[in-house]
Amino acid sequence: MIEFAHIEKSFFGVNVLKDVSLAVKPGQTVGLVGENGAGKSTLMNILGGNVRADAGEMRLDGQPYAPDSPRDAERAGIAFIHQELNLFSTLSIAENLFIGGFPRSRSWLPFINRRQMLQRTRSLLAEVNLPHAPDTLIERLSAGERQLVEIAKALALDARLIILDEPTTSLTARETERLFAILARLRARGLSLIYISHSLDHVLRLCDQIVVLRDGAVVANEPAVRFAMDRLVSLMVGREITQLFPPRAARPTKEVVLDVRDVAQPGIVRGIAFQLCRGEVLGLSGLMGAGRSELARILFGLDPCAAGDIRLEGESIRHLPASERIERGLAFLTEDRRAEGLCPEASIADNVTLVALPRLLRSWLGWLDRPRVAAEVRRMREAVKLTPTARDGQPVKTLSGGNQQKVVLAKWLLQEPKVFLLDEPTRGIDVGARYEVYRLIRQLAARGTGVLLISSEVEELLGMCDRILVMRGGAIRDTIEPHEFDRERILRAALHHGGLA
Amino acid sequence: MASLPALRLLKRALLADHLVLWLCLVYSAALAPFTPGFASWGNLQTILAYAMPILVVSVGLTLVLIVGGIDLSVTSIVALASVVGGKVMSADEGWLAGHALAVPAGLLAMLSVSAGLGAINGLAVTACRIPPFIATLTTMMLVSGLAIWLTLSRKIGGLPPGFVRLGQELWLAGMTAGVTTWLAHLALSCTLYGKWLYAIGHNARAASVSGVPVARVTFFTYVVSGWFAGLAAILFTAGLETGNPEMARDNLLDVVGAVVIGGTSLYGGRGRVSGTVFGVLFLALVDNSLNLLGLTFYTITMVKGGAILAAALTDALRNRLLTQE
Repeated sequence: MIEFAHIEKSFFGVNVLKDVSLAVKPGQTVGLVGENGAGKSTLMNILGGNVRADAGEMRLDGQPYAPDSPRDAERAGIAFIHQELNLFSTLSIAENLFIGGFPRSRSWLPFINRRQMLQRTRSLLAEVNLPHAPDTLIERLSAGERQLVEIAKALALDARLIILDEPTTSLTARETERLFAILARLRARGLSLIYISHSLDHVLRLCDQIVVLRDGAVVANEPAVRFAMDRLVSLMVGREITQLFPPRAARPTKEVVLDVRDVAQPGIVRGIAFQLCRGEVLGLSGLMGAGRSELARILFGLDPCAAGDIRLEGESIRHLPASERIERGLAFLTEDRRAEGLCPEASIADNVTLVALPRLLRSWLGWLDRPRVAAEVRRMREAVKLTPTARDGQPVKTLSGGNQQKVVLAKWLLQEPKVFLLDEPTRGIDVGARYEVYRLIRQLAARGTGVLLISSEVEELLGMCDRILVMRGGAIRDTIEPHEFDRERILRAALHHGGLA
Repeated sequence: MASLPALRLLKRALLADHLVLWLCLVYSAALAPFTPGFASWGNLQTILAYAMPILVVSVGLTLVLIVGGIDLSVTSIVALASVVGGKVMSADEGWLAGHALAVPAGLLAMLSVSAGLGAINGLAVTACRIPPFIATLTTMMLVSGLAIWLTLSRKIGGLPPGFVRLGQELWLAGMTAGVTTWLAHLALSCTLYGKWLYAIGHNARAASVSGVPVARVTFFTYVVSGWFAGLAAILFTAGLETGNPEMARDNLLDVVGAVVIGGTSLYGGRGRVSGTVFGVLFLALVDNSLNLLGLTFYTITMVKGGAILAAALTDALRNRLLTQE
């Protein structure tokens, strides 16, 4: 139904798309994979009318198609569901679905036909299996439900091709299953899908055809059955990665560094007790809303803790503010990089040194030791292998997601933490950067840091951790030792007893 | 499009670091031939004497804007501090009239009252989490009311000569303004406090997760802003030889305008003291030259308003050019 032929695009003299040709047939689901910066987003922005190609053409049902704006694309039946959802959180579901054009009672009167709007919303919500009233506000929906509203919105526009960009990053396992069931139904109705994701297992499961982009060129375009995970990864990276996880350098010690005793906060978590040893990587699994991130925030001192005790190297830190916990050796990589992890407008150097700055002073007046600051920035850049092309003074927001995450890591590594709480450290970053993050975690553990790794990706936990805790409903439900590592057991504990939802 | 030489020049000029300084020079050169008495030593002194106290207030406000706040109460703090100084020192009605320690006590009273009012702003913003706009607007109204109530709207004369010298002798006022401005510049560019200020302005949540004592730094910044207003009040009061409850009433526009013209962002995280210095200088030049040309106060205010609007537009344009790079 849509065909790209010899698409070329460059930005500021850099070729981001080179002679890209591919086709999507009606009812087909095409997976588009590649590292960050491989050109996926640019290609989809050309399709969605946000960007114009320098050369080449697109054909829609055999007709030349050259959208000038996202509206043109919409009219042609192409809907683009972005990674960051574009819904108005203070408006209702129905209002969001029809924001582009409300049904009117008389075409010449500026009044909305509420009845018709609610009726159509109900039938659209039924199509995506979302049992909510049409006037529910978006802010009351979970991330997964919002995703379904986005799809309903695409259906409201009579879309025939839906582009999904990383739809599962903020979804729980159960919500992902639900999304996939809906997508399968849409496909059966003849809708075409383009599915962009870093979660390769999802791509392999969902797609008929997989296109691999690398450095702006198509390096593979074959039916999904011909790919296996290893081959996909090596195609994306361009080199063979024999192992997705770096080898373990040292065994964890038996020396407890973080001792959490019956920590509770009403309505959030209860009876949390575990010990983290020096050099241990402790995984924390669970669905979204199970209380994992909340627990990390309590341990770090950002949220209150009503009962229990938290001991770092034997001393209670429960009543200390976050800044003092940091001084004592606690570090926290937050799940929301842009809102809490970084000052996006500030430079790489300022971000890297933000935490450690009080230790880089020359005198009591708060005078900065500039040569030492610069030297530390240089040292950390090498330690995390930040892209060498970026200048120290460059704003962090100009970096790719992977490099931004490396800046956050550098910021904390400079502090040489004793306990590092990592909340979804590999979310939204490409395969290469992911491997770097894993390497740094291993390095930290080898040096004796206790690592608490929160992740929604079971593979990641199985590959990286020495022990895995599973949370559900604000409590720890299962502790899994390495010899018992089992995907299904984790999922079962996270979901409920019984099988998968 | 940007390949045209003229456009490229314009683009370079817009991105230049000291754009406002260049503007000052170009403006002065352009107006000097038509404005009688503009380019004279005496007039330069007038301009500097006018600009000095405004500079001190503006530097304080620059810090508040960088941390992502706003302080609308600075000029009313100037007025109240001026009244307090008069009430303490005046030979006619002062509490310490004629006392040997009247001047030091007066200075101390003016600075502590201002810093105290800054602290109230700081508490309102950090502990009570009132938006800075509302918090400082309220302080502004309360404080200007208080200044007028204390004096029943009269001016206080009879200030001791030792105090008046502080404002009348240009070098003394210049030293005071210069040293404080320089200190603020050093604090911003070379100290932990400066780095923290920018970090909070960029992203307060990220700063707080990184262990920056956000509330403490923000609070301290409002205190400093109040303190700077008190220092400016000394210069204003000594310069005009009266404690006046309406002191600096019409200068809020100059202060905010100078900081914005100097390139400090109203959204926080960006700004420099040097920019504020040039912004103050530019508005002082405009004010002085138009006065000499015989324009009325209202016309001058309109022209200044236009200049500030132009500065805001330039800033928006600069941002766009910078993000295109």
